Amino acid sequence: MSTQRSEELQALVQEALAAVREAGTVSGLDEVRVAYLGKKGRITAQLKQLGQLPAEERPAAGQAINAAKDEVQAALEARRAELESAGLEEQLARDAVDVTLPGRGQDTGGLHPVTRTLDRIEALFASMGFRVAEGPEIEDDYHNFEALNIPAHHPARAMHDTFYFDATRLLRTHTSPVQIRVMETEGAPVRIIAPGRVYRCDSDLTHSPMFHQVEGLLVDEGITFADLKGALHDFLEAFFEQRLEVRFRPSYFPFTEPSAEVDVECVHCDGGGCRVCGNSGWLEVLGSGMVHPRVFEYCGIDSERYTGWAFGMGVERLAMLRYGVNDLRMFFENDLRFLRQFR
Amino acid sequence: MRISEQWLTEWVPVELATEDLAHRLTMAGLEVDAVEPAAPAFDGVVVAEIVGCRPHPGADKLSLCDVDDGSGERLQVVCGAPNARVGLRAPLARVGGVLPGDVTIRRARMRGEASAGMLCSARELGLSDDAAGLMELPADAPVGRDLREWLQLDDSVIEVDLTPNRGDCLGMIGVAREVSALTGVNRVAGEPAPVAPSIDETLPVELHDPAACPRYVGRVLRGVDVSAATPVWLQERLRRAGVRSLGPVVDVTNYVMLELGQPMHAFDLERIRGGIIVRQADQGERLQLLNDETVTLQAGTLVIADHQGPVAMAGVMGGAASAVTDDTTDIFFESAFFAPEAMAGRARAYGLHTDSSHRFERGVDPAGQVRAVERATALLQSIAGGQPGPVVTEESAAHVPQARSVRLRGERIRQLLGMDIPAERVSDILGRLGMDARPEDGAWQVTVPAYRFDVAIEADLVEELARIYGYEHIPSTRPASPARILPHSEERVPLHRLRSGLIDRGYQEAVTYSFVDAAMQELLDPEHTPVPLANPLSAEMAVMRTSLWPGLVRAALYNRHRQQPRVRLFETGLRFRGGLDTLEQDPMVAAVALGPARPEQWGEPRRDLDFFDIKGDLEALIALTGRAHAFRFTAEQHPALHPGQSARILLDDQPVGWLGALHPEVRKRLDLDEPVLVFEIAQQALQAARLPGFTPLSRYPSIRRDLAVVVDDDVSAAALAECVRRTAGELLQDAVLFDVYQGKGVPEGRKSIGIGLILQDFSRTLTDSDVDGLVAAVVTALRTELNAELRG
Repeated sequence: MSTQRSEELQALVQEALAAVREAGTVSGLDEVRVAYLGKKGRITAQLKQLGQLPAEERPAAGQAINAAKDEVQAALEARRAELESAGLEEQLARDAVDVTLPGRGQDTGGLHPVTRTLDRIEALFASMGFRVAEGPEIEDDYHNFEALNIPAHHPARAMHDTFYFDATRLLRTHTSPVQIRVMETEGAPVRIIAPGRVYRCDSDLTHSPMFHQVEGLLVDEGITFADLKGALHDFLEAFFEQRLEVRFRPSYFPFTEPSAEVDVECVHCDGGGCRVCGNSGWLEVLGSGMVHPRVFEYCGIDSERYTGWAFGMGVERLAMLRYGVNDLRMFFENDLRFLRQFR
Repeated sequence: MRISEQWLTEWVPVELATEDLAHRLTMAGLEVDAVEPAAPAFDGVVVAEIVGCRPHPGADKLSLCDVDDGSGERLQVVCGAPNARVGLRAPLARVGGVLPGDVTIRRARMRGEASAGMLCSARELGLSDDAAGLMELPADAPVGRDLREWLQLDDSVIEVDLTPNRGDCLGMIGVAREVSALTGVNRVAGEPAPVAPSIDETLPVELHDPAACPRYVGRVLRGVDVSAATPVWLQERLRRAGVRSLGPVVDVTNYVMLELGQPMHAFDLERIRGGIIVRQADQGERLQLLNDETVTLQAGTLVIADHQGPVAMAGVMGGAASAVTDDTTDIFFESAFFAPEAMAGRARAYGLHTDSSHRFERGVDPAGQVRAVERATALLQSIAGGQPGPVVTEESAAHVPQARSVRLRGERIRQLLGMDIPAERVSDILGRLGMDARPEDGAWQVTVPAYRFDVAIEADLVEELARIYGYEHIPSTRPASPARILPHSEERVPLHRLRSGLIDRGYQEAVTYSFVDAAMQELLDPEHTPVPLANPLSAEMAVMRTSLWPGLVRAALYNRHRQQPRVRLFETGLRFRGGLDTLEQDPMVAAVALGPARPEQWGEPRRDLDFFDIKGDLEALIALTGRAHAFRFTAEQHPALHPGQSARILLDDQPVGWLGALHPEVRKRLDLDEPVLVFEIAQQALQAARLPGFTPLSRYPSIRRDLAVVVDDDVSAAALAECVRRTAGELLQDAVLFDVYQGKGVPEGRKSIGIGLILQDFSRTLTDSDVDGLVAAVVTALRTELNAELRG
């Protein structure tokens, strides 16, 4: 190959490499490829002119031109990779979002605090083998009072301000009639809790005409007052998730004998005395006792063979203590600003 | 029941700190509500006598008193009380003394006159609300004596909230019995000595209803000086018990009631015509009571009558005409036993509740009548003189409650309490409670006195033992009874899952009252007549809800009025339908939604809530049952819902609920100017679930073909889908409704619906020709059945 021809080729390669370097886009680079290596490209043209050379010069010249072509081709590919990678980055930069913007979609609601508390109570007693039983809210005198050993005109009826429909039909004043209904139909043994709405004809700062109770009943052979103490102590500690002093105090319910009120050490002041517990250090949270033999008699259960205990608790009271709610009426206003605090 | 500690310790001389005593009572079932001092703190107050009294030269309403305070020096005290007069003995706060509220008395000049102390009213000493004048002390009050000391004011009042079974503790004698049992300190015998009659006059008594009044004890007392003053110590005891002093006769009967638990009554003997008859009231008889109210008596009310008519409502309140007045000189004491069953609820029936009715309803000691009369006679005689006649008892012994004999087995104590109580403790506790317990091989034969109406069976005795022995001494154990695995149906969606479903879709749970306003009820569910309460608290809570909507809509309004732009609430609970005799109390799930479809957000445009938002929420619940195919929605009219946007929900073709937008007229009545969507469905319908069963998966690919057909407006999507399903047959895996269009390109009164058919076979890959034939069949069926055309 003549020196002159060789120099021309070198210049062409340098020119092509410069054009490759200068190409700023993939399409610009493509134009460069066409201009030098395309069918009518300038380096391709050199190959086409090989035929005009003397036969002895052709191999060397051909080699040189192919080498030049490879060099330009390699430069083109390298540059293409470079340009493509820069393009991706640009694309990624363009796709970036403000990750602090809120997500799209629906709100989440929440359970009413009373239901939340009921669910918790049910779960705790379920772990002790208690099943949930339910009963009607419009009750009859027999199940709400009579079979619970509260005959007509009994002074204990004065403790229940009752909503009546007629002489014998009323809104249940406690969940205790569910005890009777379950024992009547299923006999002994029994292990139930009965959550639900109850009604008293009374409305002021600390009384709501409707509220919720959970009744519990365990009847079997060998059930004692000592068991009642153990079970309720366990429950109260589990419910409040803390070690608590619990005391059982004699009281009176016509359907239990012996009867007990259950007080827990105030969960606000740890028993030191505060406004919540009226400075006594104790909170009255449950009524309980051993099922009265007459109640067993009404339900056809042999009270010599079976013994049992029952308890009842106010759900709003427990919810108020647990969540620090200080106004009973808020539970039934259904103000979203209140309800949303419990989700 | 307010218990003066001083009075109590007269009956049982315990030496316990007040707080300890209160604690012991509470832990024995006599719950102490409060412990208060008998008088607030004050100091330096003495009994003084006014020995000179003249008008203040510089003030009309003041006087200058010369006061003898026992110091030998006469003090000048300026006083504004109208009853300041020479000879009056009254409390004087000396200079340096301290009155309640930490007020220190100083030497002062008032309108130019020196005042060396302060003469006090009862109110200024915190002893009563009486501020009308100086507290008048009796003429024999010891001048110079410290008032606190003299009135024994360093006493505590323990207020006990008695349960209705403990009528026996409505007298000091009963509380003393409890305290004796609790502390082991013996009670002082309280049997008053009989007062010998000095005249022989009696009043005849007839018992016409011996079951209601089996014993009536009476006594005549002539020549009583009703103007005599009740002694200060007695007035003080009444005051501490919360009873006003009203003259010696009434004070004495009240005192005896507080001490012995036996209510008494005193008649003016002159006003009793003929004699006493205890009988049932005749319907319509009228009686003017002591409180000046005139009542028309109903049958079933026991009265004390004389030979002309009723003179008292037995055990409740005396009559005005026969009451002791300032002119009375001769009285007749009544001390009776009225049976609790005959008294229960009677006072209440007349809107009355008295100390007397409270005790008789709970049961007074059937053997305590004579004791009370003797005590009252002695007390009244010592205050106001008089000649007593003989005590006359009229009774029907067969009707007087007697002591009961109850057997108590040691093993029963163990069976109920889970522990033994030592035999000697059993006898001791019962003995101190007035019950004789005779041991009888492992058991006791217990004689229960008649005044313990609450102790009738063995379990009652066990309670007596447990509460005196102390509940705190009973062990705490775990029930021995084995826990069984509870049944747990998988073919049931738990209620909490339904609640979670709604919560996750943005609903907040509400709990609304089961009784609602009748007008709201009528507006939202006019087709059902609610059950009304006989004694509602207010018109807003007068009838039982027949639907959960009234409560929920009301709650939504409540929130709307408090700037909540978006309200989504749900509730689960009973609705009450039918009359009282055909009542159905069904658990429902209901929801209300208003405001934008989505919470306000940057990424989506605001859109108003519509029917399909809430339908989607309901369908999400239905999906939980795994039985979505069994539910249908049909366009039906509900009076509270928009006629074009209301659907009845059917499960297996049975109606189970409603879904829709509130009728614009209903909204207007509620003053709501935006769409309100509601649904209500039976919990049962959403809880009955399908137990999942496996179906093998096809190994061959599926093919999808989309159809766009134009049908008349009134052709429902459900009808279209049903026709497609039926004609496509088993190869159809799913039919997706992906488009509904009306407008340009679709004729008026018609709509275009896009359906995607997804077809698959279990045994082979479907070919185009298989599918083409099937789609053609579907199109044909749509055309013939529903007048559907393929959209070009």
